[in-house]
Amino acid sequence: MSWITKTFSSSIGRKIIMALTGLFLCSFLVVHLLINLQMLRHDGGASFNFWAEFMGTNPVIRAMEVVLMLGLLIHIYQGLALAVKNKKARGTQGYVVNHSEQNSQWASRNMALLGTLLLIFLIVHLMNFWIRSRFDAMGGLAEVKVPNLDHPVGDLYSVAAASFKIPWYVALYALSQIALGYHLWHGFRSGFQTLGLNHRKYTPAVYATGYAFSVIISVLFAVIPLIMFFSSAYQPRPATGNTVERSLTEEPALR
Amino acid sequence: MAGSNPNAKPMNLTLKVWRQRNRNTEGRIVDYKVKDISPDMSFLEMLDVLNEDLLRQGEEPVAFDHDCREGICGSCNLFINGRAHGPEKGTTTCQLHMRKFNDGDTITIEPWRATAFPVNKDLSVDRSAFDRIIQAGGYISVNTGGTPDANEIPIPKDIADRAFEAATCIACGACVASCKNASAMLFVSAKVSQLALLPQGHVERKTRVENMVAQMDKEGFGACTNIGSCAAECPVGISLENIAIMNREFINAKATSNNLA
Amino acid sequence: MILDSKIPEGPLAEKWDKHKFNVKLVNPANKRKYDVIIVGTGLAGASAAASLAELGYNVKAFTYHDSPRRAHSIAAQGGINAAKNYQNDGDSVYRLFYDTIKGGDYRAREANVYRLAQVSVNIIDQCVAQGVPFAREYGGLLANRSFGGAQVSRTFYARGQTGQQLLLGAYSALSRQVAYGKVKLYTRSEMLDVVIVDGQARGIITRNLITGEIEQHSAHAVVLATGGYGNVFYLSTNAKYCNVTAPWRAHKKGAFFANPCFTQIHPTCIPVSGDYQSKLTLMSESLRNDGRVWVPASKETAERLRKGEIRVSDIREEDRDYFLERKYPAFGNLVPRDVASRNAKMMCDEGRGVGSSGLAVYLDFADTIKRNGAEWVSSKYGNLFEMYAKITGEDPYEQPMRIYPAVHYTMGGLWVDYNLQTTVPGLYATGECNFSDHGANRLGASALMQGLADGYFVIPYTIGDYLAQTAPKPVTTDHPAFKEAEAEVRARVQKLMSINGTRTPDEFHKALGHIMWEYCGMARTAEGLQHAKKEIQKLRKEFWSDLKLVGTEGEMNQALEKAGRVADFLELGELMVDDAYNRNESCGGHFREEYQTPEGEALRDDEKYAYVAAWEYQGDNQPEKLNKEELHFENVKLTQRSYK
Repeated sequence: MSWITKTFSSSIGRKIIMALTGLFLCSFLVVHLLINLQMLRHDGGASFNFWAEFMGTNPVIRAMEVVLMLGLLIHIYQGLALAVKNKKARGTQGYVVNHSEQNSQWASRNMALLGTLLLIFLIVHLMNFWIRSRFDAMGGLAEVKVPNLDHPVGDLYSVAAASFKIPWYVALYALSQIALGYHLWHGFRSGFQTLGLNHRKYTPAVYATGYAFSVIISVLFAVIPLIMFFSSAYQPRPATGNTVERSLTEEPALR
Repeated sequence: MAGSNPNAKPMNLTLKVWRQRNRNTEGRIVDYKVKDISPDMSFLEMLDVLNEDLLRQGEEPVAFDHDCREGICGSCNLFINGRAHGPEKGTTTCQLHMRKFNDGDTITIEPWRATAFPVNKDLSVDRSAFDRIIQAGGYISVNTGGTPDANEIPIPKDIADRAFEAATCIACGACVASCKNASAMLFVSAKVSQLALLPQGHVERKTRVENMVAQMDKEGFGACTNIGSCAAECPVGISLENIAIMNREFINAKATSNNLA
Repeated sequence: MILDSKIPEGPLAEKWDKHKFNVKLVNPANKRKYDVIIVGTGLAGASAAASLAELGYNVKAFTYHDSPRRAHSIAAQGGINAAKNYQNDGDSVYRLFYDTIKGGDYRAREANVYRLAQVSVNIIDQCVAQGVPFAREYGGLLANRSFGGAQVSRTFYARGQTGQQLLLGAYSALSRQVAYGKVKLYTRSEMLDVVIVDGQARGIITRNLITGEIEQHSAHAVVLATGGYGNVFYLSTNAKYCNVTAPWRAHKKGAFFANPCFTQIHPTCIPVSGDYQSKLTLMSESLRNDGRVWVPASKETAERLRKGEIRVSDIREEDRDYFLERKYPAFGNLVPRDVASRNAKMMCDEGRGVGSSGLAVYLDFADTIKRNGAEWVSSKYGNLFEMYAKITGEDPYEQPMRIYPAVHYTMGGLWVDYNLQTTVPGLYATGECNFSDHGANRLGASALMQGLADGYFVIPYTIGDYLAQTAPKPVTTDHPAFKEAEAEVRARVQKLMSINGTRTPDEFHKALGHIMWEYCGMARTAEGLQHAKKEIQKLRKEFWSDLKLVGTEGEMNQALEKAGRVADFLELGELMVDDAYNRNESCGGHFREEYQTPEGEALRDDEKYAYVAAWEYQGDNQPEKLNKEELHFENVKLTQRSYK
């Protein structure tokens, strides 16, 4: 093995990868959330669709998308690999009585579980939106005109608005944000610690930022579908021969 | 002479103790009763009472490691009621006193659990992995004699104090025992950061952290996921900051050392 | 046998340098042809193992612990002395030498003590280079504090954990040599006998404490660094495993045992709280720097206090007797340990003791807390205060500590010459295991100094002198002496297992401890000692006919380990009593009530007893033979110790 592979297959090396990918994914969450918030504008999805188009066509963003996907996959792989290694280190005979709740936070001890929940959500989520918006073969999007652009763009908004009228989907979405919140609660500060960024002057601020970040991100992500579910102001455009969209929308409510 | 509470009544307790003949046999929990336990007894003195009773009855006493009984040798290592060294913070098993328990309590006593700490017998485990990690680099390579005057290198007091705090680790293994991942990072980082903080340790800082981490992984300890149980249960209060220092040392060593292996 | 201490000729200050020049050297290429066994991995053992391995010898290091780092040196709290004179307060090698000789009540060898003082300065350099984090001043230089028996500040320390830090330094040096393959480490291995081939120590027999296997190990020389025997008293500040077995086995194979009755009773320990007590905990002597020792001035007040009718805070300043400050204005609370201990006992004997048993005096920090604040006290003694609170359930910041003397250190041990060699050629003893440097009383912070001096700076030279005169041929376990020794060990273990009586090893140990403390403890009388001798003989008989053990010898069996150690204590105890009976004087830790000044101070008899009593084993149940090594004082004048 070369020094590089040795470094990143060591226990600390693996953790460094988890920290770097994790913190990178945090930055993606911010962008994602800002765009999602556009849906709450009362503009029939014009802003949202504009930014969705931007994300889908800008070459820099598209390049970053590859990095993001890689980051996500590595994060998942390393997370699972670590979980397996750590379980092996703990051994087959566990404690008969173990009060770990008295020495640590639940979120910290359950990152693998939380991560797995998020992975399940992600699969559903990506199938629903991302794959569809990127690959026409998977259904594609209806086209709409938005202000400031002279060409029509994909109507992702309608897909979202339609999805957010499905009770089980909204529930899954909102509950998954709780998992996300807990995952970030530990993950944010943990990333800094792994990278050695612990200093008695700054660490309290890192902790506070991490806790605030996890609450704000997860709450805002969760309220968007809830608002769109309960408010009649957010409706998908009527279907125009797009079969996939119809299959998702059980009872397309017409404006 | 009584301690804090001269009127404290003797206690009767039920003990659930892990019994295991040796490394290659299965173990199990066995129930015992102990009577008239004084609240001023230490936890190990309570076990002494049990063992004397067992021996007189012709049963094998419970094997457990202990020695100095003043919280410094690091021998004692019991997992008591689901906590490493029991319920009291910053306390080794030998310094835990029975006044922390109540009459009629049931106390579960188990050995440290980790693949790298196999059970020798009953509550005694093999912690020689810790020695091998130190042998991998937990030292400054100076031979006896020929050293400069002790006051040759001034060391800022706060640095010396922090190095001292890291150096107070007693290698009991509570960090590994209470970590969900059976990670030894707190133990290893205490030594790495002690020697990284002191100027004497700078010469070998890169090889030291590389070798010690490699040995730690080889011994089969888990990876740290920053849960923090270790520091919370550490009887001498070794701080998580040491783990961050070690991570930093590791990154620096891997990125800048001349070691291509 | 005439004891040859091999003290080099010449002026005191030049002896060691001259000797180093005169000792024979082993050529560097030949060193790897010699094996050395070191038993014990405390300060003396680990430092010797590391230093000898660095020189190139093949070292086999043995410990009954699971790791070398658990040796009881780790528990030493206060500090280590060195004549660095960093404080510019008049310290020097000669002053450290003088204080140690005087503190030891003139029963130690001048030459050894002077060498100890000389190398003390190198120890500090060595430890700092190893990364031992000693306490420092704000300027970044090393800090010192003062200790009992000295009027200069020469004690280096690492908060209340100096022994831990020094041992971890030696352990790290040892670990480095293990990594290099120069030291082979045998953990959980207890030495049960030494093997003598043609009159020379050539190996040891051990028992693996996990598997129960009896093993043979050979070498060109054997070093015992196995600590002291304070646990003969059952209750002491020693760790639970501390025992006399290794030196006692060596004694029975021909090594003389010197001054066994010289035991140190440490004045500042946490008092006994009940008969279940398994050990006593020391509160570092350094506490006497800032704590004031007192008892109520009148018996009546003390009695009301014990009954709980009044509280400590109810006792007015004028009703308190700060007896050390009153009796010894020059040294005050910092008188040597034996003096402080005896005075505490006197106060309790007068009925002025505190605590419900009346066997305690106060160590009070109220004045210091008032003067410097609780934070200052905490930064200096925090861990000791915490420990006290954990054990007693009382807060020493709020009320004074209760302390009482307890057995702490044994100045006696295997007789060694200037080279630290016992009367058996090739068998060495270092650290607390030998008798050499502390006379009848050890000063605080000197045990760490001696252990490391022996291991780092003395044995590496002196053992070479012996090895250079030994052929560099491999030593194997083929000689029949190994088989014989192993058979003896097996027979003894099996004998212990087969008694099948009714009493546990601990019961016998407690009974022995009671006899020793009562009759051979802080104050001894001829009558009491004779009585004790009979009691011990009786107890030993009972032990060999009524011991109860279960399990087998072929596995981990902690009760069996304990039984073997108690068996040896039962023999040592009698020798201690004999030695105390023989020494018709009071000196240092040996206080015979018949020999005291009108003020109750120890009264020496330099005419008759300025010698080292070296006892020679004559066979089981035979009286041991007394050999005398006369002590010659050419540099200090023998005076009545005065700390007034």
